[in-house]
Amino acid sequence: MKVLVAVKRVIDYNVKIRVKLDQTGVVNEHVKFSINPFDEIAVEQALRLREAGVAEEVIVVSAGSLKSQETLRYALALGADRAILLEQEEDSESLQPLAVAKLLQQVAEQEQPGLILLGKQAIDDDSNQVGQMLAALLDWPQGCFASDLQLQDSSLQLTREIDGGLETLALDLPAVVTADLRLNRPRFAKLPDIMKAKKKPLQVIEIAQTGIDVTPHLKRLRVQAPPPRPPGVMLSSVDELLAKLGEEGVLQ
Amino acid sequence: MKILLIAEHDNQTIKPSTLNALTAAGQLGDAVDVLVAGCNCDNVVESLRSQAGIHQVRVVDDERYQHPLAENLQTLILPLAEEYDGLLAAATTFGKNLMPGLASRLDVAMIGDVVEILSVDTFVRPIYAGNALETVQSTDHIKVLTVRSTAFAIMEEGTGQAEVTVLPAASTSARVRFVGQQLSDSTRPELSVARVIVSGGRGLGSAENFALLEKLADKLGAAVGASRAAVDAGFVPNDYQVGQTGKIVAPDLYLAFGISGAIQHLAGMKESKLIVAVNQDPDAPIFQVADYGLVADLFDVLPELIEHC
Ligand SMILES: Cc1cc2nc3c(=O)[nH]c(=O)nc-3n(C[C@H](O)[C@H](O)[C@H](O)COP(=O)(O)OP(=O)(O)OC[C@H]3O[C@@H](n4cnc5c(N)ncnc54)[C@H](O)[C@@H]3O)c2cc1C
Ligand SMILES: Nc1ncnc2c1ncn2[C@@H]1O[C@H](COP(=O)(O)O)[C@@H](O)[C@H]1O
Repeated sequence: MKVLVAVKRVIDYNVKIRVKLDQTGVVNEHVKFSINPFDEIAVEQALRLREAGVAEEVIVVSAGSLKSQETLRYALALGADRAILLEQEEDSESLQPLAVAKLLQQVAEQEQPGLILLGKQAIDDDSNQVGQMLAALLDWPQGCFASDLQLQDSSLQLTREIDGGLETLALDLPAVVTADLRLNRPRFAKLPDIMKAKKKPLQVIEIAQTGIDVTPHLKRLRVQAPPPRPPGVMLSSVDELLAKLGEEGVLQ
Repeated sequence: MKILLIAEHDNQTIKPSTLNALTAAGQLGDAVDVLVAGCNCDNVVESLRSQAGIHQVRVVDDERYQHPLAENLQTLILPLAEEYDGLLAAATTFGKNLMPGLASRLDVAMIGDVVEILSVDTFVRPIYAGNALETVQSTDHIKVLTVRSTAFAIMEEGTGQAEVTVLPAASTSARVRFVGQQLSDSTRPELSVARVIVSGGRGLGSAENFALLEKLADKLGAAVGASRAAVDAGFVPNDYQVGQTGKIVAPDLYLAFGISGAIQHLAGMKESKLIVAVNQDPDAPIFQVADYGLVADLFDVLPELIEHC
Protein backbone atom coordinates (compact mmCIF):
# COMPACT_ATOMS: atom_id res chain seq x y z
CA MET A 1 0.00 0.00 0.00
CA LYS A 2 1.13 3.52 -0.75
CA VAL A 3 0.65 6.26 1.82
CA LEU A 4 0.31 9.84 0.65
CA VAL A 5 1.13 12.64 3.09
CA ALA A 6 0.25 16.30 2.48
CA VAL A 7 2.75 18.77 3.90
CA LYS A 8 2.61 22.54 3.96
CA ARG A 9 5.37 25.12 4.36
CA VAL A 10 4.33 27.62 7.03
CA ILE A 11 5.89 30.32 9.19
CA ASP A 12 7.56 28.51 12.08
CA TYR A 13 5.35 28.21 15.15
CA ASN A 14 7.90 30.04 17.29
CA VAL A 15 7.84 33.18 15.16
CA LYS A 16 5.81 36.08 16.48
CA ILE A 17 4.07 37.18 13.31
CA ARG A 18 3.62 40.80 12.30
CA VAL A 19 0.79 42.22 10.24
CA LYS A 20 1.84 44.30 7.23
CA LEU A 21 1.10 48.00 7.41
CA ASP A 22 -0.82 47.90 4.12
CA GLN A 23 -3.11 45.24 5.63
CA THR A 24 -2.55 42.78 2.78
CA GLY A 25 -1.18 40.00 4.96
CA VAL A 26 1.62 39.20 7.38
CA VAL A 27 5.33 39.88 6.99
CA ASN A 28 6.97 36.92 5.23
CA GLU A 29 10.41 38.36 4.66
CA HIS A 30 13.26 37.33 6.95
CA VAL A 31 11.15 34.96 9.00
CA LYS A 32 11.78 31.28 9.57
CA PHE A 33 9.57 28.83 7.71
CA SER A 34 9.12 25.17 8.67
CA ILE A 35 6.96 22.20 7.92
CA ASN A 36 3.50 22.63 9.50
CA PRO A 37 3.87 20.85 12.89
CA PHE A 38 0.79 18.68 12.34
CA ASP A 39 2.17 17.54 8.98
CA GLU A 40 5.37 16.45 10.66
CA ILE A 41 3.20 14.21 12.85
CA ALA A 42 1.42 12.90 9.73
CA VAL A 43 4.77 12.09 8.08
CA GLU A 44 5.92 10.30 11.23
CA GLN A 45 2.79 8.16 11.21
CA ALA A 46 3.33 7.18 7.59
CA LEU A 47 6.93 6.22 8.32
CA ARG A 48 5.83 4.07 11.24
CA LEU A 49 3.35 2.26 9.00
CA ARG A 50 6.11 1.55 6.52
CA GLU A 51 8.44 0.39 9.28
CA ALA A 52 5.69 -1.90 10.57
CA GLY A 53 5.51 -3.44 7.10
CA VAL A 54 1.96 -2.35 6.27
CA ALA A 55 2.93 0.44 3.86
CA GLU A 56 5.47 0.04 1.06
CA GLU A 57 5.94 3.60 -0.04
CA VAL A 58 5.55 7.02 1.56
CA ILE A 59 4.93 9.86 -0.88
CA VAL A 60 4.91 13.43 0.37
CA VAL A 61 3.10 16.13 -1.56
CA SER A 62 2.94 19.88 -1.19
CA ALA A 63 1.23 22.67 -3.08
CA GLY A 64 2.96 26.03 -3.21
CA SER A 65 5.86 27.92 -4.69
CA LEU A 66 9.26 26.36 -5.43
CA LYS A 67 10.21 27.25 -1.86
CA SER A 68 8.04 24.35 -0.70
CA GLN A 69 10.75 22.07 -2.07
CA GLU A 70 12.65 22.69 1.15
CA THR A 71 9.68 21.36 3.14
CA LEU A 72 9.48 18.31 0.90
CA ARG A 73 13.25 17.73 1.24
CA TYR A 74 12.82 17.86 4.99
CA ALA A 75 10.11 15.20 4.81
CA LEU A 76 12.38 13.12 2.57
CA ALA A 77 15.17 13.48 5.14
CA LEU A 78 12.79 12.17 7.79
CA GLY A 79 12.37 9.09 5.62
CA ALA A 80 9.72 9.62 2.94
CA ASP A 81 10.53 7.83 -0.34
CA ARG A 82 9.61 10.46 -2.90
CA ALA A 83 8.00 13.84 -3.23
CA ILE A 84 5.62 15.74 -5.47
CA LEU A 85 5.42 19.52 -5.65
CA LEU A 86 2.33 21.10 -7.15
CA GLU A 87 4.01 24.29 -8.16
CA GLN A 88 2.39 27.64 -8.10
CA GLU A 89 3.99 30.76 -9.47
CA GLU A 90 5.76 32.75 -6.82
CA ASP A 91 3.54 35.84 -6.59
CA SER A 92 0.13 34.41 -7.33
CA GLU A 93 -2.65 34.52 -4.75
CA SER A 94 -2.30 31.91 -2.07
CA LEU A 95 -4.05 28.59 -2.50
CA GLN A 96 -7.20 28.17 -0.45
CA PRO A 97 -8.25 24.86 1.15
CA LEU A 98 -10.77 23.98 -1.58
CA ALA A 99 -8.10 24.37 -4.28
CA VAL A 100 -5.57 22.34 -2.28
CA ALA A 101 -8.15 19.59 -1.76
CA LYS A 102 -8.84 19.43 -5.51
CA LEU A 103 -5.14 19.26 -6.30
CA LEU A 104 -4.64 16.48 -3.76
CA GLN A 105 -7.64 14.66 -5.19
CA GLN A 106 -5.97 14.58 -8.58
CA VAL A 107 -2.73 13.25 -7.11
CA ALA A 108 -4.68 10.61 -5.21
CA GLU A 109 -6.44 9.50 -8.36
CA GLN A 110 -3.11 9.12 -10.12
CA GLU A 111 -1.19 7.48 -7.26
CA GLN A 112 -4.02 5.36 -5.81
CA PRO A 113 -2.77 5.37 -2.19
CA GLY A 114 -4.48 3.19 0.41
CA LEU A 115 -4.26 5.99 2.94
CA ILE A 116 -3.85 9.77 2.84
CA LEU A 117 -2.49 11.47 5.93
CA LEU A 118 -2.74 15.22 6.53
CA GLY A 119 -2.32 17.53 9.47
CA LYS A 120 -5.53 18.54 11.19
CA GLN A 121 -4.79 22.20 10.62
CA ALA A 122 -2.24 24.47 9.01
CA ILE A 123 -1.03 26.89 11.67
CA ASP A 124 -0.97 29.86 9.28
CA ASP A 125 -4.58 30.01 8.02
CA ASP A 126 -5.84 27.81 10.88
CA SER A 127 -8.48 26.48 8.47
CA ASN A 128 -8.80 22.86 9.55
CA GLN A 129 -10.51 21.97 6.26
CA VAL A 130 -8.34 20.34 3.61
CA GLY A 131 -8.53 16.75 4.89
CA GLN A 132 -12.30 16.84 5.29
CA MET A 133 -12.75 18.47 1.87
CA LEU A 134 -10.51 15.91 0.24
CA ALA A 135 -12.30 12.95 1.83
CA ALA A 136 -15.64 14.28 0.59
CA LEU A 137 -14.33 14.88 -2.94
CA LEU A 138 -12.87 11.37 -3.13
CA ASP A 139 -15.91 9.92 -1.34
CA TRP A 140 -13.58 8.13 1.08
CA PRO A 141 -14.22 7.80 4.82
CA GLN A 142 -12.53 10.39 7.01
CA GLY A 143 -10.89 10.11 10.39
CA CYS A 144 -10.19 13.61 11.65
CA PHE A 145 -8.13 14.73 14.66
CA ALA A 146 -6.61 11.27 15.10
CA SER A 147 -4.72 10.48 18.30
CA ASP A 148 -4.27 6.78 17.59
CA LEU A 149 -4.59 4.50 14.61
CA GLN A 150 -4.23 0.77 14.11
CA LEU A 151 -4.35 -0.93 10.75
CA GLN A 152 -6.24 -4.23 10.62
CA ASP A 153 -6.32 -5.87 7.18
CA SER A 154 -8.27 -3.51 4.98
CA SER A 155 -9.62 -1.32 7.70
CA LEU A 156 -8.39 1.22 10.17
CA GLN A 157 -9.29 1.48 13.82
CA LEU A 158 -8.93 5.13 14.68
CA THR A 159 -9.29 7.16 17.85
CA ARG A 160 -10.13 10.83 17.45
CA GLU A 161 -9.99 13.75 19.85
CA ILE A 162 -13.43 15.31 20.16
CA ASP A 163 -14.71 18.07 22.42
CA GLY A 164 -16.08 15.73 25.07
CA GLY A 165 -13.22 13.21 25.04
CA LEU A 166 -12.34 10.47 22.58
CA GLU A 167 -14.23 8.60 19.87
CA THR A 168 -13.22 5.39 18.09
CA LEU A 169 -14.20 4.67 14.50
CA ALA A 170 -13.54 1.84 12.05
CA LEU A 171 -12.79 3.07 8.53
CA ASP A 172 -12.45 0.92 5.43
CA LEU A 173 -9.46 1.75 3.26
CA PRO A 174 -8.81 3.79 1.27
CA ALA A 175 -9.36 6.56 3.81
CA VAL A 176 -8.30 10.08 4.72
CA VAL A 177 -6.86 10.72 8.17
CA THR A 178 -5.88 14.02 9.78
CA ALA A 179 -3.32 13.99 12.59
CA ASP A 180 -3.77 15.63 15.96
CA LEU A 181 -0.96 16.54 18.34
CA ARG A 182 -0.94 13.35 20.34
CA LEU A 183 -0.82 10.83 17.48
CA ASN A 184 2.93 10.43 17.92
CA ARG A 185 6.17 12.24 18.65
CA PRO A 186 7.98 12.95 15.39
CA ARG A 187 11.62 11.95 14.98
CA PHE A 188 14.41 14.38 14.07
CA ALA A 189 16.17 14.36 10.74
CA LYS A 190 19.82 13.27 11.04
CA LEU A 191 22.54 14.97 9.05
CA PRO A 192 23.39 11.97 6.83
CA ASP A 193 19.68 11.62 6.03
CA ILE A 194 19.51 15.27 5.06
CA MET A 195 22.36 14.62 2.60
CA LYS A 196 20.69 11.47 1.27
CA ALA A 197 17.38 13.29 0.84
CA LYS A 198 18.93 15.52 -1.80
CA LYS A 199 19.11 12.51 -4.12
CA LYS A 200 15.56 11.26 -3.56
CA PRO A 201 13.06 11.88 -6.39
CA LEU A 202 11.12 15.14 -6.28
CA GLN A 203 8.69 15.65 -9.13
CA VAL A 204 7.48 19.16 -9.91
CA ILE A 205 4.07 19.58 -11.55
CA GLU A 206 2.96 23.04 -12.54
CA ILE A 207 -0.51 23.77 -11.24
CA ALA A 208 -1.31 25.48 -14.52
CA GLN A 209 -0.85 22.08 -16.22
CA THR A 210 -3.25 20.22 -13.95
CA GLY A 211 -6.39 21.72 -15.44
CA ILE A 212 -7.69 22.48 -11.97
CA ASP A 213 -9.21 25.87 -11.29
CA VAL A 214 -7.52 27.21 -8.19
CA THR A 215 -9.07 30.68 -8.27
CA PRO A 216 -9.81 31.73 -4.67
CA HIS A 217 -13.49 31.75 -3.74
CA LEU A 218 -12.74 34.07 -0.86
CA LYS A 219 -11.41 37.53 -1.50
CA ARG A 220 -9.10 38.75 1.24
CA LEU A 221 -10.13 42.35 1.93
CA ARG A 222 -7.69 43.05 4.76
CA VAL A 223 -5.60 41.59 7.53
CA GLN A 224 -5.35 43.46 10.81
CA ALA A 225 -3.71 43.02 14.17
CA PRO A 226 -6.20 42.27 16.95
CA PRO A 227 -6.79 45.07 19.47
CA PRO A 228 -4.20 44.87 22.26
CA ARG A 229 -5.20 44.08 25.82
CA PRO A 230 -4.76 46.94 28.27
CA PRO A 231 -1.67 46.43 30.46
CA GLY A 232 -2.18 44.51 33.69
CA VAL A 233 -1.06 44.95 37.26
CA MET A 234 1.49 42.87 39.16
CA LEU A 235 0.40 41.97 42.66
CA SER A 236 2.62 41.14 45.59
CA SER A 237 0.58 38.74 47.70
CA VAL A 238 -2.29 36.30 47.72
CA ASP A 239 -4.20 38.67 50.00
CA GLU A 240 -3.96 41.37 47.37
CA LEU A 241 -5.17 38.90 44.76
CA LEU A 242 -8.15 37.93 46.91
CA ALA A 243 -8.98 41.58 47.40
CA LYS A 244 -8.85 42.26 43.66
CA LEU A 245 -11.04 39.27 42.87
CA GLY A 246 -13.48 40.55 45.47
CA GLU A 247 -13.51 44.02 43.90
CA GLU A 248 -14.12 42.60 40.46
CA GLY A 249 -17.11 40.73 41.83
CA VAL A 250 -16.13 37.53 40.08
CA LEU A 251 -16.22 35.42 43.23
CA GLN A 252 -20.03 35.39 43.37
CA MET B 1 -31.10 34.99 3.22
CA LYS B 2 -32.27 31.55 4.33
CA ILE B 3 -29.95 29.76 6.72
CA LEU B 4 -29.74 26.14 7.81
CA LEU B 5 -28.06 25.72 11.18
CA ILE B 6 -26.83 22.21 11.96
CA ALA B 7 -27.55 21.42 15.61
CA GLU B 8 -25.04 19.62 17.78
CA HIS B 9 -26.46 17.57 20.62
CA ASP B 10 -26.12 14.27 22.45
CA ASN B 11 -29.75 13.23 21.72
CA GLN B 12 -30.71 14.65 25.12
CA THR B 13 -29.60 18.24 25.22
CA ILE B 14 -28.54 20.80 22.70
CA LYS B 15 -24.92 21.95 22.97
CA PRO B 16 -24.77 25.58 24.11
CA SER B 17 -22.39 26.38 21.23
CA THR B 18 -25.26 25.68 18.80
CA LEU B 19 -27.20 28.47 20.50
CA ASN B 20 -24.24 30.83 20.08
CA ALA B 21 -24.24 29.85 16.40
CA LEU B 22 -27.97 30.55 16.26
CA THR B 23 -27.23 34.16 17.17
CA ALA B 24 -24.75 34.32 14.30
CA ALA B 25 -27.27 32.71 11.96
CA GLY B 26 -29.79 35.39 12.91
CA GLN B 27 -27.29 38.11 12.07
CA LEU B 28 -26.60 36.58 8.67
CA GLY B 29 -30.09 35.64 7.55
CA ASP B 30 -33.74 36.55 8.01
CA ALA B 31 -35.05 33.00 8.24
CA VAL B 32 -33.19 30.37 10.20
CA ASP B 33 -34.05 26.69 10.13
CA VAL B 34 -32.33 24.25 12.46
CA LEU B 35 -31.58 20.66 11.51
CA VAL B 36 -31.68 18.10 14.31
CA ALA B 37 -30.43 14.71 13.16
CA GLY B 38 -30.37 12.22 15.99
CA CYS B 39 -31.96 9.20 17.59
CA ASN B 40 -34.64 9.56 20.26
CA CYS B 41 -33.87 13.23 20.30
CA ASP B 42 -37.33 14.54 21.33
CA ASN B 43 -35.89 16.53 24.21
CA VAL B 44 -33.58 18.38 21.87
CA VAL B 45 -36.42 19.24 19.52
CA GLU B 46 -38.61 20.31 22.42
CA SER B 47 -36.00 22.70 23.75
CA LEU B 48 -35.56 24.29 20.33
CA ARG B 49 -39.27 24.67 19.71
CA SER B 50 -39.53 27.58 22.13
CA GLN B 51 -36.18 29.09 21.27
CA ALA B 52 -36.47 32.56 19.79
CA GLY B 53 -35.14 33.13 16.29
CA ILE B 54 -35.98 29.78 14.68
CA HIS B 55 -38.38 29.50 11.77
CA GLN B 56 -38.45 25.74 11.41
CA VAL B 57 -36.91 22.80 13.26
CA ARG B 58 -36.28 20.03 10.75
CA VAL B 59 -35.98 16.69 12.48
CA VAL B 60 -34.63 13.32 11.43
CA ASP B 61 -35.02 10.83 14.24
CA ASP B 62 -33.42 7.56 13.23
CA GLU B 63 -30.88 5.18 14.72
CA ARG B 64 -28.57 5.94 11.81
CA TYR B 65 -27.93 9.30 13.46
CA GLN B 66 -27.30 7.99 16.97
CA HIS B 67 -23.70 9.09 16.45
CA PRO B 68 -22.98 12.06 14.23
CA LEU B 69 -20.75 10.58 11.52
CA ALA B 70 -19.77 13.26 9.04
CA GLU B 71 -20.25 11.05 5.97
CA ASN B 72 -23.84 10.19 6.85
CA LEU B 73 -24.80 13.71 7.87
CA GLN B 74 -23.39 15.06 4.62
CA THR B 75 -25.51 12.66 2.58
CA LEU B 76 -28.53 13.86 4.53
CA ILE B 77 -27.78 17.59 4.32
CA LEU B 78 -26.54 17.87 0.75
CA PRO B 79 -29.96 17.59 -0.94
CA LEU B 80 -31.32 20.26 1.43
CA ALA B 81 -28.49 22.69 0.76
CA GLU B 82 -29.93 24.21 -2.40
CA GLU B 83 -32.93 25.49 -0.43
CA TYR B 84 -30.57 27.74 1.53
CA ASP B 85 -28.17 30.63 1.10
CA GLY B 86 -26.08 29.63 4.07
CA LEU B 87 -25.15 26.51 6.05
CA LEU B 88 -23.89 27.08 9.56
CA ALA B 89 -22.51 25.19 12.53
CA ALA B 90 -20.51 26.04 15.62
CA ALA B 91 -16.75 25.77 15.25
CA THR B 92 -16.52 22.77 17.58
CA THR B 93 -14.92 19.45 16.67
CA PHE B 94 -18.40 18.45 15.42
CA GLY B 95 -18.70 21.47 13.11
CA LYS B 96 -15.12 21.30 11.95
CA ASN B 97 -15.49 17.63 11.12
CA LEU B 98 -18.75 18.06 9.20
CA MET B 99 -18.81 21.38 7.36
CA PRO B 100 -15.70 21.36 5.11
CA GLY B 101 -16.89 18.25 3.27
CA LEU B 102 -20.27 19.85 2.68
CA ALA B 103 -18.54 22.87 1.21
CA SER B 104 -16.29 20.86 -1.10
CA ARG B 105 -19.22 18.75 -2.31
CA LEU B 106 -21.03 21.99 -3.12
CA ASP B 107 -17.86 23.34 -4.73
CA VAL B 108 -17.82 26.38 -2.45
CA ALA B 109 -15.30 27.71 0.03
CA MET B 110 -15.75 27.27 3.74
CA ILE B 111 -15.30 30.18 6.09
CA GLY B 112 -14.12 28.76 9.38
CA ASP B 113 -14.12 30.16 12.91
CA VAL B 114 -16.01 33.34 12.04
CA VAL B 115 -15.88 35.94 14.84
CA GLU B 116 -17.75 38.75 13.11
CA ILE B 117 -20.35 38.96 10.34
CA LEU B 118 -19.93 42.26 8.51
CA SER B 119 -22.52 41.67 5.78
CA VAL B 120 -24.16 38.80 3.92
CA ASP B 121 -20.88 37.94 2.23
CA THR B 122 -18.13 39.47 4.38
CA PHE B 123 -16.69 37.86 7.47
CA VAL B 124 -13.87 38.26 9.97
CA ARG B 125 -11.86 35.26 11.16
CA PRO B 126 -8.68 34.87 13.21
CA ILE B 127 -5.55 33.46 11.56
CA TYR B 128 -2.06 32.73 12.92
CA ALA B 129 -3.38 31.65 16.32
CA GLY B 130 -5.41 34.81 16.63
CA ASN B 131 -2.42 37.09 16.08
CA ALA B 132 -4.14 38.52 13.02
CA LEU B 133 -7.73 38.99 11.93
CA GLU B 134 -8.59 38.37 8.30
CA THR B 135 -11.61 39.93 6.59
CA VAL B 136 -12.81 37.87 3.64
CA GLN B 137 -15.55 38.30 1.08
CA SER B 138 -17.17 35.21 -0.34
CA THR B 139 -18.05 34.97 -4.02
CA ASP B 140 -20.04 31.74 -3.57
CA HIS B 141 -23.80 31.34 -3.92
CA ILE B 142 -23.98 29.32 -0.70
CA LYS B 143 -22.00 30.41 2.32
CA VAL B 144 -20.72 27.57 4.47
CA LEU B 145 -19.59 28.81 7.88
CA THR B 146 -18.46 27.66 11.26
CA VAL B 147 -18.67 30.31 13.95
CA ARG B 148 -16.67 30.79 17.10
CA SER B 149 -18.99 30.53 20.09
CA THR B 150 -17.17 33.05 22.24
CA ALA B 151 -17.89 35.79 19.69
CA PHE B 152 -21.70 35.46 19.70
CA ALA B 153 -23.79 35.72 22.86
CA ILE B 154 -26.70 33.33 23.40
CA MET B 155 -30.15 34.91 22.94
CA GLU B 156 -32.93 34.63 25.48
CA GLU B 157 -35.17 31.65 24.95
CA GLY B 158 -38.86 31.36 25.48
CA THR B 159 -40.52 33.60 22.92
CA GLY B 160 -40.16 31.48 19.82
CA GLN B 161 -42.69 29.24 18.19
CA ALA B 162 -40.76 27.24 15.69
CA GLU B 163 -42.59 24.89 13.38
CA VAL B 164 -41.38 21.28 13.60
CA THR B 165 -41.16 19.25 10.41
CA VAL B 166 -39.97 15.71 9.93
CA LEU B 167 -37.48 14.57 7.32
CA PRO B 168 -36.81 11.03 6.13
CA ALA B 169 -33.42 9.48 6.87
CA ALA B 170 -30.92 9.23 4.04
CA SER B 171 -28.64 6.38 3.02
CA THR B 172 -25.54 5.72 5.11
CA SER B 173 -22.00 4.64 4.37
CA ALA B 174 -20.95 1.11 5.24
CA ARG B 175 -17.30 2.12 5.03
CA VAL B 176 -17.25 3.99 8.32
CA ARG B 177 -18.52 2.56 11.59
CA PHE B 178 -18.83 3.94 15.08
CA VAL B 179 -16.91 1.73 17.52
CA GLY B 180 -17.06 3.52 20.84
CA GLN B 181 -16.38 6.63 22.84
CA GLN B 182 -14.78 7.68 26.07
CA LEU B 183 -16.40 10.84 27.29
CA SER B 184 -15.14 12.62 30.36
CA ASP B 185 -18.07 12.80 32.71
CA SER B 186 -17.56 15.78 34.87
CA THR B 187 -20.05 17.49 37.11
CA ARG B 188 -18.26 20.76 36.47
CA PRO B 189 -19.48 23.21 33.84
CA GLU B 190 -18.30 22.76 30.25
CA LEU B 191 -15.22 24.79 29.35
CA SER B 192 -17.00 26.55 26.51
CA VAL B 193 -19.74 28.01 28.74
CA ALA B 194 -18.05 28.28 32.14
CA ARG B 195 -18.09 31.69 33.81
CA VAL B 196 -14.86 30.88 35.61
CA ILE B 197 -12.03 28.63 34.43
CA VAL B 198 -9.14 27.41 36.55
CA SER B 199 -6.37 26.26 34.28
CA GLY B 200 -3.08 24.51 34.90
CA GLY B 201 0.13 23.90 32.99
CA ARG B 202 3.30 21.90 33.22
CA GLY B 203 4.06 23.77 36.45
CA LEU B 204 1.47 21.63 38.23
CA GLY B 205 3.93 18.77 37.92
CA SER B 206 1.57 15.79 38.18
CA ALA B 207 -1.96 14.51 37.86
CA GLU B 208 -2.14 14.33 41.67
CA ASN B 209 -1.33 18.01 41.96
CA PHE B 210 -4.12 18.83 39.52
CA ALA B 211 -6.48 17.75 42.29
CA LEU B 212 -5.56 21.00 44.01
CA LEU B 213 -6.81 22.95 41.02
CA GLU B 214 -9.97 20.90 40.98
CA LYS B 215 -10.56 21.74 44.61
CA LEU B 216 -10.35 25.43 43.80
CA ALA B 217 -12.57 24.91 40.76
CA ASP B 218 -15.21 23.24 42.91
CA LYS B 219 -15.16 26.17 45.32
CA LEU B 220 -15.61 28.63 42.47
CA GLY B 221 -18.06 26.57 40.45
CA ALA B 222 -15.45 26.70 37.74
CA ALA B 223 -14.41 24.48 34.84
CA VAL B 224 -10.89 23.09 34.69
CA GLY B 225 -8.65 23.75 31.71
CA ALA B 226 -5.05 22.96 30.86
CA SER B 227 -2.16 23.73 28.56
CA ARG B 228 -1.03 21.30 25.93
CA ALA B 229 2.03 20.45 28.02
CA ALA B 230 -0.20 19.36 30.91
CA VAL B 231 -2.30 17.20 28.57
CA ASP B 232 0.72 15.69 26.82
CA ALA B 233 2.22 14.84 30.21
CA GLY B 234 -0.95 12.94 31.04
CA PHE B 235 -2.02 15.16 33.97
CA VAL B 236 -5.50 15.60 32.46
CA PRO B 237 -7.55 14.29 29.48
CA ASN B 238 -7.22 15.80 26.00
CA ASP B 239 -10.50 17.68 26.11
CA TYR B 240 -9.13 19.98 28.83
CA GLN B 241 -6.74 21.61 26.38
CA VAL B 242 -7.23 25.32 25.81
CA GLY B 243 -5.55 26.95 22.83
CA GLN B 244 -5.07 27.36 19.11
CA THR B 245 -5.67 23.69 18.58
CA GLY B 246 -7.77 22.99 21.64
CA LYS B 247 -10.80 24.80 23.01
CA ILE B 248 -11.38 28.52 22.60
CA VAL B 249 -12.75 30.03 25.79
CA ALA B 250 -13.74 33.50 26.99
CA PRO B 251 -14.97 33.27 30.59
CA ASP B 252 -15.45 36.19 32.97
CA LEU B 253 -12.41 34.96 34.88
CA TYR B 254 -9.52 32.79 33.69
CA LEU B 255 -7.03 31.75 36.37
CA ALA B 256 -3.77 30.36 34.96
CA PHE B 257 -1.41 28.44 37.23
CA GLY B 258 2.02 27.30 36.06
CA ILE B 259 1.32 28.15 32.42
CA SER B 260 4.07 30.01 30.57
CA GLY B 261 1.75 31.61 28.03
CA ALA B 262 2.94 30.33 24.64
CA ILE B 263 1.09 32.00 21.73
CA GLN B 264 -0.71 28.74 21.04
CA HIS B 265 -2.16 28.81 24.55
CA LEU B 266 -2.97 32.53 24.51
CA ALA B 267 -4.88 31.98 21.26
CA GLY B 268 -7.46 30.03 23.23
CA MET B 269 -8.01 32.32 26.21
CA LYS B 270 -6.93 35.89 25.58
CA GLU B 271 -10.51 37.03 24.97
CA SER B 272 -11.33 36.20 28.61
CA LYS B 273 -12.70 39.21 30.47
CA LEU B 274 -10.34 38.98 33.41
CA ILE B 275 -7.10 37.01 33.33
CA VAL B 276 -5.16 36.15 36.46
CA ALA B 277 -1.78 34.44 36.19
CA VAL B 278 0.33 32.82 38.88
CA ASN B 279 3.81 31.86 37.79
CA GLN B 280 7.17 31.81 39.53
CA ASP B 281 8.96 33.19 36.49
CA PRO B 282 8.54 37.00 36.32
CA ASP B 283 9.34 36.91 32.60
CA ALA B 284 6.66 34.38 31.68
CA PRO B 285 4.75 35.73 28.65
CA ILE B 286 1.42 34.95 30.32
CA PHE B 287 1.95 38.14 32.35
CA GLN B 288 1.67 40.18 29.15
CA VAL B 289 -2.00 39.31 28.82
CA ALA B 290 -2.80 39.03 32.52
CA ASP B 291 -4.90 41.71 34.19
CA TYR B 292 -3.50 40.57 37.52
CA GLY B 293 -0.19 38.76 37.82
CA LEU B 294 1.39 37.17 40.83
CA VAL B 295 5.00 35.95 40.79
CA ALA B 296 4.87 33.10 43.27
CA ASP B 297 5.06 29.37 43.75
CA LEU B 298 1.65 28.06 42.83
CA PHE B 299 1.88 25.49 45.61
CA ASP B 300 1.94 28.34 48.12
CA VAL B 301 -0.88 30.22 46.43
CA LEU B 302 -3.38 27.45 45.73
CA PRO B 303 -3.99 26.31 49.34
CA GLU B 304 -4.57 29.91 50.43
CA LEU B 305 -7.00 30.54 47.61
CA ILE B 306 -8.84 27.32 48.33
CA GLU B 307 -9.17 28.34 51.94
CA HIS B 308 -10.41 31.88 51.31
CA CYS B 309 -12.52 31.62 48.17
C1 LIG C 1 1.16 23.06 16.47
C2 LIG C 1 1.12 23.37 17.93
C3 LIG C 1 -0.10 23.55 18.53
C4 LIG C 1 -0.18 23.83 19.89
N1 LIG C 1 -1.39 24.00 20.45
C5 LIG C 1 -1.47 24.30 21.76
C6 LIG C 1 -2.74 24.52 22.39
O1 LIG C 1 -3.79 24.43 21.77
N2 LIG C 1 -2.74 24.82 23.71
C7 LIG C 1 -1.58 24.93 24.47
O2 LIG C 1 -1.66 25.21 25.67
N3 LIG C 1 -0.40 24.72 23.88
C8 LIG C 1 -0.31 24.40 22.57
N4 LIG C 1 0.92 24.18 22.02
C9 LIG C 1 2.11 24.10 22.91
C10 LIG C 1 2.70 25.44 23.30
O3 LIG C 1 3.60 25.86 22.29
C11 LIG C 1 3.47 25.30 24.64
O4 LIG C 1 4.46 24.32 24.50
C12 LIG C 1 2.58 24.93 25.81
O5 LIG C 1 1.45 25.78 25.87
C13 LIG C 1 3.37 25.04 27.10
O6 LIG C 1 2.59 24.60 28.19
P1 LIG C 1 2.92 25.12 29.65
O7 LIG C 1 2.81 26.59 29.70
O8 LIG C 1 2.07 24.35 30.60
O9 LIG C 1 4.42 24.60 29.88
P2 LIG C 1 5.75 25.42 29.99
O10 LIG C 1 5.95 26.30 28.83
O11 LIG C 1 6.81 24.43 30.32
O12 LIG C 1 5.52 26.37 31.24
C14 LIG C 1 5.42 25.94 32.55
C15 LIG C 1 5.36 27.19 33.41
O13 LIG C 1 5.12 26.83 34.76
C16 LIG C 1 5.88 27.69 35.60
N5 LIG C 1 6.05 26.97 36.87
C17 LIG C 1 6.71 25.80 37.08
N6 LIG C 1 6.60 25.44 38.37
C18 LIG C 1 5.89 26.41 39.00
C19 LIG C 1 5.47 26.61 40.33
N7 LIG C 1 5.73 25.72 41.30
N8 LIG C 1 4.75 27.72 40.61
C20 LIG C 1 4.46 28.64 39.65
N9 LIG C 1 4.83 28.48 38.37
C21 LIG C 1 5.54 27.39 38.05
C22 LIG C 1 7.16 27.94 34.85
O14 LIG C 1 7.75 29.16 35.27
C23 LIG C 1 6.66 28.01 33.39
O15 LIG C 1 6.36 29.33 33.01
C24 LIG C 1 1.01 23.92 20.66
C25 LIG C 1 2.24 23.77 20.03
C26 LIG C 1 2.31 23.49 18.69
C27 LIG C 1 3.64 23.33 18.04
N1 LIG D 1 -0.58 24.01 0.28
C1 LIG D 1 -0.66 22.78 0.85
N2 LIG D 1 0.10 21.77 0.38
C2 LIG D 1 0.04 20.53 0.93
N3 LIG D 1 -0.76 20.22 1.94
C3 LIG D 1 -1.54 21.18 2.45
C4 LIG D 1 -1.54 22.51 1.93
N4 LIG D 1 -2.44 23.23 2.64
C5 LIG D 1 -2.96 22.39 3.56
N5 LIG D 1 -2.43 21.16 3.45
C6 LIG D 1 -2.72 19.96 4.26
O1 LIG D 1 -3.99 20.10 4.85
C7 LIG D 1 -3.89 20.15 6.28
C8 LIG D 1 -4.95 21.07 6.83
O2 LIG D 1 -4.76 22.37 6.36
P1 LIG D 1 -5.84 23.54 6.51
O3 LIG D 1 -7.14 22.96 6.15
O4 LIG D 1 -5.38 24.62 5.59
O5 LIG D 1 -5.78 23.96 7.96
C9 LIG D 1 -2.45 20.55 6.54
O6 LIG D 1 -2.03 20.12 7.81
C10 LIG D 1 -1.73 19.83 5.41
O7 LIG D 1 -1.55 18.45 5.69
